[in-house]
Amino acid sequence: MRGMTIIVKTIAALLIGFILLFGLYIILTGHLSPGGGFSGGVICAAGLLLVVLAFGADVVRERMGHNLAIVWESLGAIGFLAVAALGFIAGAFFGRFIPAHRGFELFTASSIPYLNVAVGLKVAAGLFGAFLMLAAFRESEKTREGDGEGD
Amino acid sequence: MSATQGILYLVMAFMLVAAVVAVETRDLLSSVLCLGAVGFGLSVADLVLGAPDLALTQLVVEIFSVVLLIRVMVAREDTTKEFIRDTPHVAFMGAVIMAIVIGSYVCFRAMTPFGDPPMIMGQAYMRAVEVAGSQNLVTAVVLDFRGYDTLGEATVIFAAILGCYALLRTRGRKAAHEGHDHHS
Amino acid sequence: MLHSVVPYVMCVVLFAIGLYAIAVKKNLIKVIVGAIIIDNAVNLFLVLVGYRTPLRGPAIAPIVTPEIEKSRRAVQELLSNAVDPLPQALVLTSIVIGLSVSALMVVMALRLHQKYGTFDLTQITKLKG
Repeated sequence: MRGMTIIVKTIAALLIGFILLFGLYIILTGHLSPGGGFSGGVICAAGLLLVVLAFGADVVRERMGHNLAIVWESLGAIGFLAVAALGFIAGAFFGRFIPAHRGFELFTASSIPYLNVAVGLKVAAGLFGAFLMLAAFRESEKTREGDGEGD
Repeated sequence: MSATQGILYLVMAFMLVAAVVAVETRDLLSSVLCLGAVGFGLSVADLVLGAPDLALTQLVVEIFSVVLLIRVMVAREDTTKEFIRDTPHVAFMGAVIMAIVIGSYVCFRAMTPFGDPPMIMGQAYMRAVEVAGSQNLVTAVVLDFRGYDTLGEATVIFAAILGCYALLRTRGRKAAHEGHDHHS
Repeated sequence: MLHSVVPYVMCVVLFAIGLYAIAVKKNLIKVIVGAIIIDNAVNLFLVLVGYRTPLRGPAIAPIVTPEIEKSRRAVQELLSNAVDPLPQALVLTSIVIGLSVSALMVVMALRLHQKYGTFDLTQITKLKG
């Protein structure tokens, strides 16, 4: 997949930092204001989508292949299960093992910020990896079209 | 009819018109863009109905869906397919529409009126500020009171993404074909 | 009675439009568009069920802001007028699941086009190749 003009590439390179920062903000303050893991994860995935569209799938696949995306997504899922299993300290799966309700701070609700981060990581990496493979598939599909016709 | 309900009716009428255009138009690119309009209308409706989390998520998810659909379509030619309106199709659609009308009539007679939910479990979740310690009640319900549902949802997303990976993998088979051709 | 059921009826009409697209259309892209419209209609219906009409002004989201938390009476008043948080929690996961499933549908459509060369369903169901 080809990239776009130099203007779009420059703007995408400048914006990706802000988009990821905004997505991280939405993930982290999920228990204080509207947002949470799913919203922030999808926003991060949309920022990475901008980079894939602007620079082309080849360039992005050299820097950050879909294997890395699979690893990050699995880390998110394992992190979610680990935080939920740590609830056995409090007596139950998903138990509240960190004291809660200290006002409007970042680490207040019992295990909600950590679960938010795990879910956000999972959703962002998963959607980015799926779209990267979709964009890169067009390449190898075009080169395979010669021997695909001979079936 | 308050201002909130007026805006809601307007946005839903916009969504209906956009959906009809998306389904009926013969140009595929216009169809996908009208699908984006349906999603944006849904995001505004979520905002009016008091669900800012959902409005945020729906907005970005709709952009992602439109980009996905354009990705699979722009590589192909932008043709229009003619549809054949024969008798079995019309009879089937008539039966489905009758089923929907009768089913929804029975259902709406039994439901509480719009704007007055029974809130049987909602009353219990309203204590989430003291129990869970989270100021955002929706996040507390998703991640604390109903954590198992979120675990199941994470599993479903994982399975769907793995399905995408498995369907799009071409290197393995191509290498196996080349190895087999070299040997034979 | 009319104002209490009109939003639900419009939502069911949206669902029926999506169902019509899945059942009748012969182009694969139109079928995927219909499936996404059905997803949107179901999510809208769930959010409509949980809506509680406020006494005055716009709808009150179930989020406690810093100035409300200062007094207990304001918190109680917010919680007795806010919309139901449970349907919103269900829809939040449903939106992202809908996106993943439509990504999977798009990938399948791509593979079908690679094998059969067309998006027309009447040609694909002839089991060529």
